[in-house]
Amino acid sequence: MRAEQISIFLENKSGRLAEVTRILSENKINIRALSVADTSDFGVLRLIVDDNERASRALKESGFTVGKTNVVAVEVPDQPGGLYNILTILQNGNVNVEYMYAFVQQSGSNAVMIFRFDHTDDALKLLQDNGVTVIEGRRLYTL
Amino acid sequence: MIYDIEYETMPREALEAIQLRRLQTTLERAYATVPFYRKKFTEAGVMPGDIKSLKDLRHLPFTTKQDLRDNYPFGMFAVPMDTVVRIHASSGTTGQPTVVGYTARDVNTWATLMARSLAAGGATRGDIIHNAFGYGLFTGGLGVHYGAEKLGASVIPVSGGNTKRQITIMKDFGPTIITATPSYVLHLAEIASELGVDFKDLSFKFGIFGAEPWSENMREEIERKLHLKAVDIYGLSEVIGPGVSVECHEAQQGMHIAEDHFIAEIIDPESGEPLPYGETGELIFTSITKEAFPVLRYRTRDITAINPEPCICGRTLVRMNKVSGRTDDMLIIRGVNVFPSQIESVLMETEDVEPHYQLQVDRVDNLDKLTVMVEVGEHLFSDTVRPLQEIEKKITKNIKETIGVSAQVKLVEPKTIQRSEGKAVRVIDNRKL
Repeated sequence: MRAEQISIFLENKSGRLAEVTRILSENKINIRALSVADTSDFGVLRLIVDDNERASRALKESGFTVGKTNVVAVEVPDQPGGLYNILTILQNGNVNVEYMYAFVQQSGSNAVMIFRFDHTDDALKLLQDNGVTVIEGRRLYTL
Repeated sequence: MIYDIEYETMPREALEAIQLRRLQTTLERAYATVPFYRKKFTEAGVMPGDIKSLKDLRHLPFTTKQDLRDNYPFGMFAVPMDTVVRIHASSGTTGQPTVVGYTARDVNTWATLMARSLAAGGATRGDIIHNAFGYGLFTGGLGVHYGAEKLGASVIPVSGGNTKRQITIMKDFGPTIITATPSYVLHLAEIASELGVDFKDLSFKFGIFGAEPWSENMREEIERKLHLKAVDIYGLSEVIGPGVSVECHEAQQGMHIAEDHFIAEIIDPESGEPLPYGETGELIFTSITKEAFPVLRYRTRDITAINPEPCICGRTLVRMNKVSGRTDDMLIIRGVNVFPSQIESVLMETEDVEPHYQLQVDRVDNLDKLTVMVEVGEHLFSDTVRPLQEIEKKITKNIKETIGVSAQVKLVEPKTIQRSEGKAVRVIDNRKL
């Protein structure tokens, strides 16, 4: 039930993000969601793309440091309190969210959030026990 | 003022006679008491008795910093420990420093050389000396201190750091002479101006600066900002510490070498052959009066030339030019000797870090700034920021602890470090000296 995210190390200087998107574009890879965490000298770009293997190979060939991480895509009811309910479940189950970001497409009438947990297995079990819908990676990449 | 008229203005012929006699005594003693030298002489097929003139010195083998390290800590001492009264050490690669010892007579010799140096730089009995060289294992602080007392000046052992307090002391105590590294003194000037203190209103007349390379441009800047006359002082702990050579304030052109205690040679660093006066090469020293730690043909790795022309100050001692470079890759960062290999071993000892790095040295607000750029490989990389920042902090801390220098660690993308002809460029020194 996990989804895979690729992450890329970027120096904080102009043109680096553009370079990543150029490589993905030339390889006809579609970006499905992204987030950037940054400090004063470097950033970490996280991407959900439609072809992880091809994307990470292309980026590595161009000299980037690329990592893969398991994340969880969760359906969040698109209404007030939707995200709050899910975070409450996680908090009660003592699972920490390292970071999260929104997916562009909806799944039916629900929003989709990408979560990176400190303990992914515990989180998955907790969400499923509480009837939260988790989207499988294969479906996520083509939403 | 010339502190030691007899020796500092001695006719060359008389000086050379003294040098030869002292050299022969030193060689006999080193051969008899230091197993390292005995072995080296035997391997080279020379005996102390073979050295019949100063020219014969070229037949003796060299001593290198590696030899000193191999004999860590006290293997090069030529006297029993119960006659050693002082120990100093300089930083070295992989955390192993070079250790030097002094007998009471050596400490006295050194104090005399420093008294001469301070006098050459303009100090006299009645002066108050603000000594901002660091006190400790480093020879700068204590070297100046003993010399100042010997000269009969009043010394303020303020040491390095705590710049604001230093400025208060300068205002309140009215020192007339300052001793420091040139980069620290410019930093001091900067802070003083921020605090609204003008050196014009202070009492300084002369400054004696050294322990790191500095340029004529820096001299002009220091003289302009501090309203004093600045001279260069040279030394290294392996030879004795500061006071091996010093500029006179009259000429401010080259440092007079204390030739009655050290014989200087310039060699071609490749072939090892001695070069004549005036030619640029590696500076070599042989100590001829030291008891505890004699050094024979020690390779300083410093590049300079020797000028035998008579000087307007009246000293007959030859002068060496400002050091223009090194034959190895040693960097001097705020007076601390740093070898790229030391940084490399710190990186190798840090988990997940690969030794792909580059050192960048800049001078920011007149202080040396060392940036260590480390490439982020797959082992080091993480999709969250915190572990990466922690690695930066850990490397900074390890460098500070093992080498004693503050560095800024910057993570960079792989292969951003310039490679020339397949070989990584390890050091970019942007300091304009």
